[in-house]
Amino acid sequence: MKKGKEWIKGLWKEHPVFRMLLGMCPTLAVTTSVINAIFMGVAVIFVLFFSSLIVSLIRKLVPPQVRIAVYTVIIASFVTIVDIYFKANFPQMSKALGPYVPLIIVNCIILGRCEAFASKNRLIPSLIDALSIGIGFFWGLVVLGAIREILGTGRVLGIKILSASYYNPMVVMILPAGAFLVLGGLVAIMNKLEGR
Amino acid sequence: MRFNLKGIFVLAITCSLCGFLLSLVYSSAKDKIKDNQKKAIYQAIEKIAKGYKEVVPIKVRSIDVYKLIDEKEKIMGYAFLVEGQGYQDKIKILGVINKSGTTLKGIEIIDSKETPGLGARIGEEFFTSQFKNLKVFPSIQLTQKEKVKNNQVKAITGATVSSTAVVNILDKGIKELREAGVFND
Repeated sequence: MKKGKEWIKGLWKEHPVFRMLLGMCPTLAVTTSVINAIFMGVAVIFVLFFSSLIVSLIRKLVPPQVRIAVYTVIIASFVTIVDIYFKANFPQMSKALGPYVPLIIVNCIILGRCEAFASKNRLIPSLIDALSIGIGFFWGLVVLGAIREILGTGRVLGIKILSASYYNPMVVMILPAGAFLVLGGLVAIMNKLEGR
Repeated sequence: MRFNLKGIFVLAITCSLCGFLLSLVYSSAKDKIKDNQKKAIYQAIEKIAKGYKEVVPIKVRSIDVYKLIDEKEKIMGYAFLVEGQGYQDKIKILGVINKSGTTLKGIEIIDSKETPGLGARIGEEFFTSQFKNLKVFPSIQLTQKEKVKNNQVKAITGATVSSTAVVNILDKGIKELREAGVFND
């Protein structure tokens, strides 16, 4: 049980965005809307899951001197697959996310989990860890995206939440500054909840 | 020494396997991506040009050109796809120009990987709208101040390289079309 808890800490206790403050570049840049956040989150879950799978499987075969290079090649491959898939099936989203999909390659969450967890653990724990961190990242982005989209445009996923009759959208929220404001607020709330 | 050899071996195997996997994925998605690009071009033409009935794609030197034909079967203008180096990567631009090749009807950025928040703003309305009814003869000029002539475009603050790239790519493309005699008939 104790071990199991260790594996799913990414969902809350060691949340990658709000507790560890990892992967800030996509977090701040693509969360202008919920739909962007969803696509980014799914892409990261996919890459994290499959990279952890491969890295965990080959962990005994890879000599330590070349491990980072090997992990990077593996991660880059899965990122490219996601990029090609988005380009082929969701061209609009691919355009909206721009360079941030290819940039998942250098997302420290993924290399971090491969290096810190998947390369030292068996397959099943590695997969659970990857999923928990991935889902944690996903909900982090979606919450951030939702708050920014509601405050910045008054709508979520194209559905009107706040009517223009009583709410004047705060454009700053969908600008970069808004990302920092919302992220700061959420990190503060997380810290308060965790009692630190 | 043996250890290093193993490292090289593992890395080489990983790279070739990944390369193989990627080529498989790419070849299966290639046609769809091409289709999407084509669709994006036609959508862009639709957005900029008005009143045409038919689009006939032709090739002029290495540039993709689309003849816009009106109701009376006459050429009313051309759309053309040009690309060139931007700040980070290639910028692909679709422009629509009048029949005599003197005035742009508008442009649309089809593909760019410029810096988000700075260079990427070349795709935004406030910048692309400057190319609406822009005189391109003898050439387009980029200015850092407010535009005073009707062949001038105001650069984006903090993104001079990207702004310059867009203007140069368009200018070069239009000149090439002019030299090829597209606007003569």
